[in-house]
Amino acid sequence: MNAVTLKAALATPEIIVAFMACLVLVAPLYMKKDTGIRLAYSLAVATLVFTAAYIAMNVSEGASAALNNMYIADPMADLLKIAICLVSAGVFIYSRRYNQDRDLDQPEYYVLGLFGVAGMMVMSSANHLLTLYLGLELMSLSLYAMIAFYRDDQLAVESAMKYFVLGALASSILLYGMSLLYGLTGSLELATIRGALTADEGNVAVALAVVFIVVALAFKLGAVPFHMWVPDVYQGAPTSTTAFVGAAPKIAAFAMTMRLLAGGLEDLHTMWQQMLIIIALLSIIAGNVIAIAQSNLKRMLAYSTISHMGFFLCGILAGTDEGYGAALFYVIVYAVMSLGAFGIILFLASRDNESDRLDDLKGLSKRSPWIAFLLLILMFSMAGVPPTAGFFAKFSVIEALVKADLVWVAVVAVLFAVVGAYYYLRIIKLAYFDPPETDLPVAPAAGMSTVLTINVLMIVLILPWIGSLLSLCAEVIRQFAV
Amino acid sequence: MQSNLLSILIWLPILAGILILCTGGDERAPVARKLALGFSIAVFILSLPLWAGFDNSSALMQFQEHGTWIETFNVHYALGIDGISMPLILLTTALTVIVIIAGWEVIQERVAQYMAAFMIMEGIMIGVFAALDAVLFYVFWEAMLIPMFLIIGIWGGPNRIYATIKFFLYTLLGSLLMLVSFLYLYNQSGGSFSILDYHALPLGMTAQVLIFLAFFAAFAVKVPMFPVHTWLPDAHVEAPTGGSVILAAIMLKMGGYGFLRFNMPITPDASHELAWLMITLSLIAVVYIALVALVQGDMKKLIAYSSISHMGFVTLGMFVFNSQGVEGAMMQMISHGFISGALFLCVGVLYDRLHSREIATYGGVATPMPIFAAFAVLFAMANSGLPGTSGFVGEFLVIMGAFKANAWFAIIAALTLIFGAAYSLWMVKRVIYGAVTSDAVAALKDVNCREILILALLAAMVLWVGVWPNPILDVMHATIDNLLLHVSVSKLP
Repeated sequence: MNAVTLKAALATPEIIVAFMACLVLVAPLYMKKDTGIRLAYSLAVATLVFTAAYIAMNVSEGASAALNNMYIADPMADLLKIAICLVSAGVFIYSRRYNQDRDLDQPEYYVLGLFGVAGMMVMSSANHLLTLYLGLELMSLSLYAMIAFYRDDQLAVESAMKYFVLGALASSILLYGMSLLYGLTGSLELATIRGALTADEGNVAVALAVVFIVVALAFKLGAVPFHMWVPDVYQGAPTSTTAFVGAAPKIAAFAMTMRLLAGGLEDLHTMWQQMLIIIALLSIIAGNVIAIAQSNLKRMLAYSTISHMGFFLCGILAGTDEGYGAALFYVIVYAVMSLGAFGIILFLASRDNESDRLDDLKGLSKRSPWIAFLLLILMFSMAGVPPTAGFFAKFSVIEALVKADLVWVAVVAVLFAVVGAYYYLRIIKLAYFDPPETDLPVAPAAGMSTVLTINVLMIVLILPWIGSLLSLCAEVIRQFAV
Repeated sequence: MQSNLLSILIWLPILAGILILCTGGDERAPVARKLALGFSIAVFILSLPLWAGFDNSSALMQFQEHGTWIETFNVHYALGIDGISMPLILLTTALTVIVIIAGWEVIQERVAQYMAAFMIMEGIMIGVFAALDAVLFYVFWEAMLIPMFLIIGIWGGPNRIYATIKFFLYTLLGSLLMLVSFLYLYNQSGGSFSILDYHALPLGMTAQVLIFLAFFAAFAVKVPMFPVHTWLPDAHVEAPTGGSVILAAIMLKMGGYGFLRFNMPITPDASHELAWLMITLSLIAVVYIALVALVQGDMKKLIAYSSISHMGFVTLGMFVFNSQGVEGAMMQMISHGFISGALFLCVGVLYDRLHSREIATYGGVATPMPIFAAFAVLFAMANSGLPGTSGFVGEFLVIMGAFKANAWFAIIAALTLIFGAAYSLWMVKRVIYGAVTSDAVAALKDVNCREILILALLAAMVLWVGVWPNPILDVMHATIDNLLLHVSVSKLP
């Protein structure tokens, strides 16, 4: 704390992304429009892939703090950042055609995306409440703008407004919780907070601080009862943005949850556990039940997200290393599945059809057998049916719950997973058992379908090696806990 | 003995299925059909060494394979078979060949997907019978739902969507409770998912009863036992013929297999404690469901109810805890696999011609279709337990076992010989015999070579098992004696 340790080199990945975001903002101004957009797109994707590769090649050995202890580089942050970069690169690739069709394919889309990614990376590496907040705001502001990007669409603007107001509210709640923590401990640094808070249990101010922080987290995650914005944003935003909002920010939210609850407030575990049990179970129940009634695919996926966030919180609330590891695994698998699901919607969308109604999927297996097959895998994975990664994600969370003597939570979660299976099955039913509404073939897009195929097949083909992935998550968490 | 025969039997059909999927659209359907037939025969031939190389005198797991899969949870890729699972695996490989042939001309739409679904399912089903690790077992167990869901949903009858979703959710709910008990056992055993470790794990009575009930939820739905049998008639009626055959002949057996592999050895005390429940439900199934079968107007529904009634025999035989009962249950499972499969194929033959499963549509079928009539009568006789057919062996052994436990069980169970004969033969009488009722029936063409081939193969099996069941019984003796010995020892700490 005393020694001024800058070690800015540790933050190279963030620096690369932020620098490239500025470059992508400026460079296209000096070019013809089309060239500029093409350059912005290629640069954005290349940056993200390169950054992921860079992090993978320079994995941190243990945790090391930098930038005056505001920033921490540890294996968990590395893993999360790799996932964030790759998933976001996937979103850019899937979004291209959709954006072109709607005249949304502007360099600014990629600039905002890159800034959002930089924000998420900062969140992953935050060691200080201020860093965490800055990262969160950088991400959120980029997302607000990306949602409002489709400015001719009333729904999109409305949902951006809604998201902005509620997001600002959540941020202020978070700030209030943070300021209470600062008042109690005299520090904004997570490690110090953790050391100072141990003895203060039973104190009303501590309880208030925990409540504010948990509420803010629930808001950002979109967990019940703070989930109202999720369906509107998912449905209202252009699908390319929904895909962005649905994937990488969940990973960042995991980072924030871990840094705050499992890091700073770990000793208050019993306090936040009770709140999280209620929030998680309500999310699983409400998400799965309400999703059944939806007729819009994006809205249905929004409710499905809510239930998935509930499941992910179940891992966190177990409060054990197994639980955190399970939640980490869950959130990564979820991001990959969500990316694939929106990828399919983006793939099916054409110039004049958003293709986001459930009925648009009717007879998909006749129109495009391959995409239908990918959708089938995704839906079974989201429902948690083996042999898919989605099953192992649920499995490890439930295992952590049973081990933490929370069998009843596990049973409720499992029962509502069966309810959830119904609406995923309905998607498959539409795609496979119903006759198509139109005979129009699905427009092919070679590059995109290759990425989509890899994205989705990964969910199944990873199985023989799923053990190593789970071990990796466990190891990363073990190092985090040290 | 280290061999990877089991792995080959599991993965070869799955890879073949993927290969068949790659043949694409219906214009290349003949390729898909030939590939499926070739691979299914290859898998069948490859499965024969399981029998040839099987040591009948040993109750240990044979053909074991072992590898680490998920280190974090101590999950292993552990395979092995004993005298209970080996016959069921052979049943699977044999019936898959028959199902592929049965769908040869009937399925004209999405042929590649149909054939691939059955091939993939074959691999998964073998995996269920061979898995020695609870998680591996669970993965295969659930994965099996996916192809079946698609088979019923895509190629099924008019009400197929309702039936397939009901089928999926029913079985999923039961399975998830099983998963929770696996996790409980995992924590109790100090971090092991090995099924054989669970067999040796001491457990308190309350835990045993709860685990028994959770397993019961999974397996009773699959068997299916009264009162959770209601999905079966729906699924059967709507499924295409091949789907019905696999469903009745093999998937139902997984429930029975589950009782033998999980309930009885893992929770022996609870099994004894709750045997009354199992026996009562079995007897209700045997008698009540047989009566329900009697009044069905739809042939497939009738056979579906008859399956439930026969499966009641299986669970009855298991829970009287003597070797006749359990061996009878196994024989009944195998024989029911052949007979119900054959009966569904017979209905399929008629359905392909007149597109009706109603008994009332038919009458006097023997006149235009004499060869078919001969087969149908044989299988109906076997279904009612005629001595000399496989149906008799299992029922006789179970009744004998039940007699040892309590004469009343045997008397009630024996009623089925009457009811079974009643519904089977009455159906035969109305469909096959009598005057030709309509011009459509009069114009029926008799079975062709392909149909004769599959029916003859099944008839041969039915008669062979009926006349000379010893080769199959010999395989099971050691395992079942060992199982009963195990179950008779209390596991209470």
